Amino acid sequence: MTIPTGNTRAGSAEGTRPEDNEDRTATMLPSAEPVQLIDADGTHRHSDKYPLPDGDALKAAFEGLVSGRRINDQANALVRQGRLAVYPSSHGQEACQVAAAAVLAEGDWLFPTYRDTVAVVHRGVDPLQVLTLLKGDWHAGYDPYEHNVAPQATPLATQLLHAVGVAHAAKLRGENTVVLAMCGDGATSEGDFHEALNFAAVFHVPVVFFVQNNEYAISVPLKNQSVAPSLAHKAIGYGMPGERVDGNDAAALLAVLGAAVERAREGGGPALVEAHTYRMQAHTNADDATRYRSDDDVAKWVPRDPLTRLRTYLTSLGMLDDEAEDAMKAAAETVAARIREGLNTDVVPEPMDLFNYVYDSRTPQLSEQAALLADELSRAQD
Amino acid sequence: MTVTAQAPAPEDTRVSLTFAKALNTALADEMAADSTVVMFGEDVGPLGGVFRITDGLTERFGEERCFDTPLAESGIMGMAVGMAMNGIRPVVEMQFDAFAYPAFEQVVSHVAKMSNRTRGKVKLPLVIRIPYAGGIGGVEHHCDSSESYYAHTPGLTVLAPATVADAYTMLREAIRFPDPVVFLEPKKLYWTKEDVDLAALRAPFEDSAPFEDSAPEAEAAIGRAVVAREGTDATLIAYGPSVSTALSAAEAAAAEGRSLEVIDVRSIVPFDDETVCASVRKTGRAVVISEAPGFASVASEIVARVQERCFHSLGAPVLRVTGFDIPYPAPKLEHFFLPGVDRILDTVDELQWEDK
Repeated sequence: MTIPTGNTRAGSAEGTRPEDNEDRTATMLPSAEPVQLIDADGTHRHSDKYPLPDGDALKAAFEGLVSGRRINDQANALVRQGRLAVYPSSHGQEACQVAAAAVLAEGDWLFPTYRDTVAVVHRGVDPLQVLTLLKGDWHAGYDPYEHNVAPQATPLATQLLHAVGVAHAAKLRGENTVVLAMCGDGATSEGDFHEALNFAAVFHVPVVFFVQNNEYAISVPLKNQSVAPSLAHKAIGYGMPGERVDGNDAAALLAVLGAAVERAREGGGPALVEAHTYRMQAHTNADDATRYRSDDDVAKWVPRDPLTRLRTYLTSLGMLDDEAEDAMKAAAETVAARIREGLNTDVVPEPMDLFNYVYDSRTPQLSEQAALLADELSRAQD
Repeated sequence: MTVTAQAPAPEDTRVSLTFAKALNTALADEMAADSTVVMFGEDVGPLGGVFRITDGLTERFGEERCFDTPLAESGIMGMAVGMAMNGIRPVVEMQFDAFAYPAFEQVVSHVAKMSNRTRGKVKLPLVIRIPYAGGIGGVEHHCDSSESYYAHTPGLTVLAPATVADAYTMLREAIRFPDPVVFLEPKKLYWTKEDVDLAALRAPFEDSAPFEDSAPEAEAAIGRAVVAREGTDATLIAYGPSVSTALSAAEAAAAEGRSLEVIDVRSIVPFDDETVCASVRKTGRAVVISEAPGFASVASEIVARVQERCFHSLGAPVLRVTGFDIPYPAPKLEHFFLPGVDRILDTVDELQWEDK
């Protein structure tokens, strides 16, 4: 592999950053209100900037929402049955999940968090492999290179820098790769969020930072995280465009994220997209959301559900009927059944694997410790 | 590949090289050999690094191969993780030991764990170069011995060369290593000069690609300690900046009629129990020397390992000469803190040479 010569900097001759600062700021500020293409009632809202995605894309997105909702419900049920240790649900955020995966091309990369199981599945990763982490059999359960999906990140915002690195490497290697990096509203308070956006802008690399603002970081509401006009406004501080979008509107998400991905692919550099959504359930099953928010707060978001509005819109256009939706639900049920069966089967993890991947080859010290455990295991069998 | 193992070389291939220049040459040679090797950090571009270890690399390889980053160590480390995930072999410089702390979460939670959490699917062949330790009269936050933090973290390989030849060889090995390496460069050695046979040092890297079959070569420095000076009465075990002090102590002891063997650990992780214990079993006594505060330190680990393995060969408890358990002192006080020849010799005297 040869790295092509060329300047890596945003301000270089090769960079596409506008040299005249005439009105860079205007192009970086987000829309006055979150972009919405289909409102909560299922009616199309015109946008001068973002055309409505075509019917097939919307129908495919709806199928993704149906599947995503079923996966969330199934995983929650499996936690109650003790088959999953924990599940941070994206119930109510499925439009963000589906759109994040749908806007990427095959060679692109997705950097998800622990709450983004549905996005990872929608990208094509086997749900049983995705749930390995939460089941407790191992950490990352899938091969990141199979679908270019990084392991789900638990330490907040750290994965955003890895996304910048993957994009930087792709740029050095002359590859036309776009990276979509996900995080939540709480993670925007982390130092790595700042460093990742700044590095991405300075090195002018193709990363779309996608913040799902679901209003809560476990128990702490957004107002205690940031008093910025919006999280999307942070983009201008790094010299990249920011946009905000209705996070329960799959059509708007496809349009806004799709435009950011396309812009990045064409050499336009990074962008920040903030989706306004809501965490309909507790942080995880171990959390008690009634201690910090009321049922009334949650109830306000029920009419804004991402499935309801897209169903209404597609039905009104004659693109969706009960029969078609039943077929989607049946397909989703097949996935749920596969998850159920897979998780109801006890897998006994191989204890000696504890020593197999820490290093490329075991150190002498690990060999000794592996021998100790092997001896214990053999004696336990006697 | 070690100094002691080298065959006598023809006079004209020997050059006088500083420790810093050896590191610089290793970087240049490896960047020339492998176009995926990329160097970045703070002030490592046109300036060539505050210690000039990257001198001339941007000019020679272009600013896409050796470049300055924004001033943010977690950013440097996290970006290196992503680049290593995608076909690049990053070498990053943390400007000073204590300036690496903002990158600690990336190092501990991601660099060290990525292979394990992905069952070896994602390897991170990257090198974290850290100018470390004291003895240069540096102001606060510039002289920490931070090796214990890294050595305590499973998944990291931790190296600390003590000779000019090892600086060259071990850095090239580190860059070719399949796992992430924390490469500790003793600052006080940067300006030391030695005559080395550069052609002989380069030879093992010419045609071979060490570690490609995922097993360190038998002759590799990584994982192997060396006998820096042979002796019969007691063993001084040291690494990095303490090796030269240990050698001076052995020299002084020889004048007093006591023969001290000096082991240069070189590779803190993986640790070479075999070489260290062979020496201690031979001499029957040992002192471990390290600049870092001694409590819960690499020196403590070495003492534990030696006594676990060599108990019946020992004529005395294994002792330590380490930094005191205090923050690294101000320049005018550091000589009280650092392990010196006298403190080492005093400690050797304590090794119960006669029954009391």
